[in-house]
Amino acid sequence: MKRFLPLIIFACLCVFLVIGLQLNPKEIPSPLIGKSAPQFTQPILDQVNQEFSPEQMRGKVWLLNVWASWCFSCRAEHPLLNELAKQQTIPIIGLNYKDQDDAAKEWLAKMGNPYQLSVIDRSGNVGINYGVYGVPETFLINSQGVIVHKFTGPLTPALIQKELLPMLAKLKQSI
Amino acid sequence: MIPEIGHIALITAFVVALLQCGLSLWGAHTQQVRLMAIAKPAAFAHFLMILLAFACLISAFMNNDFSVLNVAENSNASLPMIYRICASWGSHEGSILLWALMLSGWGLAVACFSKNLPSYVLARTLGVMGFISSGTLLFTIATSNPFLRILPAALNGRDLNPLLQDPGMIIHPPMLYMGYVGTSVVFSLAIAALLSGKLDSSWARWSRPWITTAWCFLTLGIALGSAWAYYELGWGGWWFWDPVENASFIPWLLGTALIHSLAVTEKRGGFKMWTALLAILTFSMSLLGTFLVRSGVITSVHAFATDPTRGIFILVFLAILIGGSLTLFALRAPRASVGESFDTVSRDSMLLANNILLLVAAFTVLLGTLYPLILDALGLGKISVGQPYFNAVFIPLMAPALFLMGVGPITKWRSVKPIELATQLRWALAITVITSIISALTMRSWTASIGFGLLIASWIVVSTINNLIARLRLHPQGFFTGFKIQTMSYFGMVIAHLGVAVFVFGVTMVTGFEEEKDLRMQAGSTSELAGYQLRFDGVKEVSGSNYTAAQGQITISKNGQVLTIMQPEKRKYFSSEMLMTEAAIYSKVSGDIYISMAEPVSMTEWGVKVQYKPFVSWIWAGAFLIALGGFFAILDKKYRSKPLSLVKEAS
Repeated sequence: MKRFLPLIIFACLCVFLVIGLQLNPKEIPSPLIGKSAPQFTQPILDQVNQEFSPEQMRGKVWLLNVWASWCFSCRAEHPLLNELAKQQTIPIIGLNYKDQDDAAKEWLAKMGNPYQLSVIDRSGNVGINYGVYGVPETFLINSQGVIVHKFTGPLTPALIQKELLPMLAKLKQSI
Repeated sequence: MIPEIGHIALITAFVVALLQCGLSLWGAHTQQVRLMAIAKPAAFAHFLMILLAFACLISAFMNNDFSVLNVAENSNASLPMIYRICASWGSHEGSILLWALMLSGWGLAVACFSKNLPSYVLARTLGVMGFISSGTLLFTIATSNPFLRILPAALNGRDLNPLLQDPGMIIHPPMLYMGYVGTSVVFSLAIAALLSGKLDSSWARWSRPWITTAWCFLTLGIALGSAWAYYELGWGGWWFWDPVENASFIPWLLGTALIHSLAVTEKRGGFKMWTALLAILTFSMSLLGTFLVRSGVITSVHAFATDPTRGIFILVFLAILIGGSLTLFALRAPRASVGESFDTVSRDSMLLANNILLLVAAFTVLLGTLYPLILDALGLGKISVGQPYFNAVFIPLMAPALFLMGVGPITKWRSVKPIELATQLRWALAITVITSIISALTMRSWTASIGFGLLIASWIVVSTINNLIARLRLHPQGFFTGFKIQTMSYFGMVIAHLGVAVFVFGVTMVTGFEEEKDLRMQAGSTSELAGYQLRFDGVKEVSGSNYTAAQGQITISKNGQVLTIMQPEKRKYFSSEMLMTEAAIYSKVSGDIYISMAEPVSMTEWGVKVQYKPFVSWIWAGAFLIALGGFFAILDKKYRSKPLSLVKEAS
């Protein structure tokens, strides 16, 4: 029996590897889920001398979408955000992450602007508090200012249909 | 046209590999000399075909043939020539082809240096290697073909990841792959021995130079990778316990264990099953490492493009190869493999302890690497296992192994009186303790772990030199004759063990005494670090052939004397808009000053990270010595002389 031990251990390992292949390691839950969205007060893109803080959105369910003009995958999800904005599904606030104002403005002019407003985070400090590790990322925040969900990477039609909209429906019911 | 030739060469190589596997294994099984004789020329043809394919790939990269998908995705017209060549193995497809090339290269080496091998052993070994190669080639052709075309051709390529545009990248992957793939030779020898039911000392003697060579490459490859991370990632770390690093470190640990257990098998005929198992495991872990890196089941800083079908393919291949060889092991390993008996205190038992410690260490690293995956598979949530776990379990396991390093080499085979051992080691012990006490008294900010590291390092040095002197002096014809009759293997061991001491010293000093400051600097700001004065003289715009950079100018002086001007850069590559930190390093034997640019904080100020890394280069110097020791061992005459049995037959 003893000589079969390595084989048995290896077989168990294979089972885990097979299951592991079905999983997506990139799907990382944020430790911020269920916690209050970190506070900040930052200037707003294209609106001189105005500032935004998440406090202003209290009472509303909203999305905080982290984007940048240099981000390639942001282009992929941008039409979806435009669509959400057009349908007035949910207010979207942009967090313009480590970007240059001019480049950002130009990008929005070209791609369409789905955001109620975009907050400027040139140094990336807000991003650090939100645990942003790649752009784009999208946070769903409820009326009490608590982060309900985090989407890492670009949104897709499937994610919106299967995850975002059902969550939104549930949040609206509970109000 | 050239990519098509490469494609055809790949397919031909696959067919030849299948023939090499089938015919030579069948020939060895049915004892048909003519069939077995095919193994050698097949190995040769097989190597040439893959070499041709690889040359075609390099030529596509050199000529900027952007109609080839792989070139379009990983190269760019503005990329310097040397990096265009390197880009051919910087991508997934190219690196798998490099893997296959090296595997066939090792097969060729076995075919060339096999005069000592009986024909049936050679045929079986090359047969097994042909099997591994055909699997790899099938994988390449089916899922990772580097010669796929795109229509219409791209105008320009997407560019090689800027992180990989570094001289270290030119040699690191080939070295590492040489090591990984080289372990397939001992694996194949072990399978051949299991198939013929002859696990004996001649099998061990054939295996030793092969595993030592592969292990040397692996050592250098890992060291280069660590140096590359230190120079290129820009944050001054040298080892991150990243899954990809672990994937190379696990086979290294097992290979180290194998080298030591082969000594017992060759000299004393013991540990046969154990050695065969280690030979299988070492190569299995190399393969598993490839699977982990290439399938995307675990996340890592090495963000390779991943694809689930590739994962399934490698997994099936792993299951057949490793599962098959472990089954063979279970069925064919000798029932009673006890060699000569030995006492609790003897070199045999010391080497057994070394083996157990290394094996357990390898499995703790494997467990740490796979733990997040296992928990996730069981639905228990996502976690990541990092430095704290590895440091907490790995160091306590290595400490006794390092201690034994001083005792093992002077212990006699079979049995030795503990008191005799103690007498031999009394001076080594005394010197070690005295050095440690002196260091504790003289060093500022001394801690227990620093003291322990220094104790271990000095123990290895003193006991190894003690052993060397004793060996030379005890020789009846005097010191110099004593020196001459020592084998190269012995010197190899001495050098490698001293290398470990140098490595331990470097690690201890760097973790114990490193200093780090985050500064806001503008032109004219000054600061101090580890006795050096730093003056920031502003930022210059510079440009390379495919990037522009902001280059900080920092003058380093000591006691008012200017030593050097350091120029760390923040680079922006044209093609990917990726920002890269290019650290500046002022390196001395006693330590490095390491400066990297963070972000500009205002119009005039930059964030600058300055670090002092005492004795950090000793880490790689140690690794280099370890590999050098291995090369000495390979040069030992005994591996090139005829085996005893043949000598007897001839006389």
